[in-house]
Amino acid sequence: MAKAIVEIKNVNKFYGDNHVVKDLNMEIAEGEFLSILGPSGCGKTTTLRMIAGFEQQTQGVITVEGERVENKEPFERNVNTVFQSYALFPHMNVTDNVAYGLKMKKVKKPEISERVENALSMVQLEGFGKRFPAQLSGGQRQRVAIARAIINNPRVLLLDEPLGALDMKLRKQMQIELKNLQKRLGITFVYVTHDQEEALTMSDRIAVMNDGVLEQIGVPADIYEKPATKFVADFIGETNIFEAIEVSADAAGQVALKSEIGEITGTDSEFSEGEIVYLSVRPEKTLLSAAPVSGYALRGTVRENIYIGTVTKTTVILQNGQEIRVANAAGSSVPEAGSALYVYWNPSDAVIIHSKSGKIIDAFENVDLSEYVEGSA
Amino acid sequence: MRRRRKNAIKKHTSRVFSALVYLFLYAPIAVVILFSFNTSKRNVLFEGFTLDWYAKMAGNTALLESFKNTLLVAGISTAIATVIGTITAIAMFRYKFRGKSIIDLLLYIPVVIPEIVLGIALLSVFSLVNVPLGLGSMIVAHVTFQIPFIVFTVRARLSGFDRSIEDAAMDLGANRIKVLTGITIPIIAPGIVSGAVLAFTLSIDDIIISFFTTGAKSTTFPLKIMELVRSGVSPDVYALSTIIILATFVIVLISQITVYRANKKSVKL
Ligand SMILES: Nc1ncnc2c1ncn2[C@@H]1O[C@H](COP(=O)(O)OP(=O)(O)O)[C@@H](O)[C@H]1O
Ligand SMILES: [Mg+2]
Repeated sequence: MAKAIVEIKNVNKFYGDNHVVKDLNMEIAEGEFLSILGPSGCGKTTTLRMIAGFEQQTQGVITVEGERVENKEPFERNVNTVFQSYALFPHMNVTDNVAYGLKMKKVKKPEISERVENALSMVQLEGFGKRFPAQLSGGQRQRVAIARAIINNPRVLLLDEPLGALDMKLRKQMQIELKNLQKRLGITFVYVTHDQEEALTMSDRIAVMNDGVLEQIGVPADIYEKPATKFVADFIGETNIFEAIEVSADAAGQVALKSEIGEITGTDSEFSEGEIVYLSVRPEKTLLSAAPVSGYALRGTVRENIYIGTVTKTTVILQNGQEIRVANAAGSSVPEAGSALYVYWNPSDAVIIHSKSGKIIDAFENVDLSEYVEGSA
Repeated sequence: MRRRRKNAIKKHTSRVFSALVYLFLYAPIAVVILFSFNTSKRNVLFEGFTLDWYAKMAGNTALLESFKNTLLVAGISTAIATVIGTITAIAMFRYKFRGKSIIDLLLYIPVVIPEIVLGIALLSVFSLVNVPLGLGSMIVAHVTFQIPFIVFTVRARLSGFDRSIEDAAMDLGANRIKVLTGITIPIIAPGIVSGAVLAFTLSIDDIIISFFTTGAKSTTFPLKIMELVRSGVSPDVYALSTIIILATFVIVLISQITVYRANKKSVKL
């Protein structure tokens, strides 16, 4: 990883008694596109505002370019922000909006107008300089907000759900433009979003937050394929999750587990007998068979098939009522609704998540666990 | 057919009705303007056109002096009240503090309290702390009743204000003072202007509070007219009134245009 340009060390933030950012540790590498992804209210904006200087962390240290910033005002930090609401100055035209940062830095007039023109062409807004924000569409306002921030050549650009208010089509287009802009300028982007698809397609790395806690940070493929927590598995894409107890492992790392309704199989490099874990398997990796499959005891009934273009999604209800989603690629045979089938998967396609608490999970209340509980973590 | 006729009648009645309302509102003003050009001193019949009353008014130093006092009091008190009221409104918008709703309520009291009570109260305070009555005391008194009006209009303007606009300015390198003078105040300027215009007009035609807080040598225009009316209004008062009406009209027009322009720029943001 390249040198860290922003470091967040053991940062906590309280609003009164409300603990909104919990023990956050994060290094943001120079030049990377890092997304902070999580549901609404999980502390994304607060994290961004602490980096920008609008909020002061209750505990912990934030450094930008190696310097601690807690005593620096927002106007003294070499970061710029694109706000969720754009926050354009309504009483200034586009040119004056974009030029504002340079004027504050007392840059010479001819240089300002040259750089404004440059910035506007970078966001494809040539010729819009004389317009006022109220005379622009949502997408155009968004571009002005971006131009107004990047004209200052910040080392880090913070973006708070910048595309949240745009319609789907424009959103997709802006995603591509933003990503290209970031590559071209080489600025570090810290991009807040609650849209997992957006994060997966745009980012070099993704930090997944939930309830103030950083659940996982990594490249998109790892976040998707090797979720570190149940929350990440659930939040990113669709998945089928089973609560299970690890029973035995073979030399190849294939692990036999006992779930509420019977045995299942996965792969785990950190096998620990008797530990309660989650097993997550994506719909496109979940398979159906008419005959029982050795190592899997999940019997279910097909409830419905939904055709959604490239795939057909089949919902299977297991004996215990759990719903399982299966995605059949186009062209493959689709089971009839009402038919009874066995659910299984390739052990290497299942991800095993070690539950942090190691507590007996509610779902096991009615199962005799006495033979497994000893030695659980 | 019938329906169309009914609609036509409806349309007509509403027009006639509006015309009557406007007549009711503006007829007295028209009469004042008309009689300021009347040759007869008695305001019963219009006997002929003259500008004599304007000439006479220009020579009536007592009347002009009172008018000057009125402008002075209104100008200075409006300036002071606008600054204090605007700062108060911004502070109340920006900061949450305990007892904020009580402060809110306290702002309404001077507005709804009978003016005569406020007048007596101010008079007793002035005599309590030995403030000599005169233009100074009157200015202080006017500032007190103007402030709530400024706070209300500025606050109304602030209610749609997006705080992240201030954050954005600071993010781009503006310190707090530049944010206030270059961003916040220009954006809420229409509210400040209409508050100031309202405060100014309230001050200009105030009688009750002025009556209690004025000194012997510092009578204002409304007070002077009250005094004159006892011995019958002379048309030179009409002449000065006509000029005031015109001036008011111009001020209102200008302020409306400013507010309209500012609004047009910042709609939907
Ligand atoms: N200024 C504030 N005062 C008090 N609580 C706040 C403030 N800002 C945010 N919060 C609370 O902090 C939590 C995290 O908010 P935020 O960082 O805005 O979440 P996100 O951007 O992920 O949606 C929320 O519960 C929110 O209510
Ligand atoms: Mg947010």
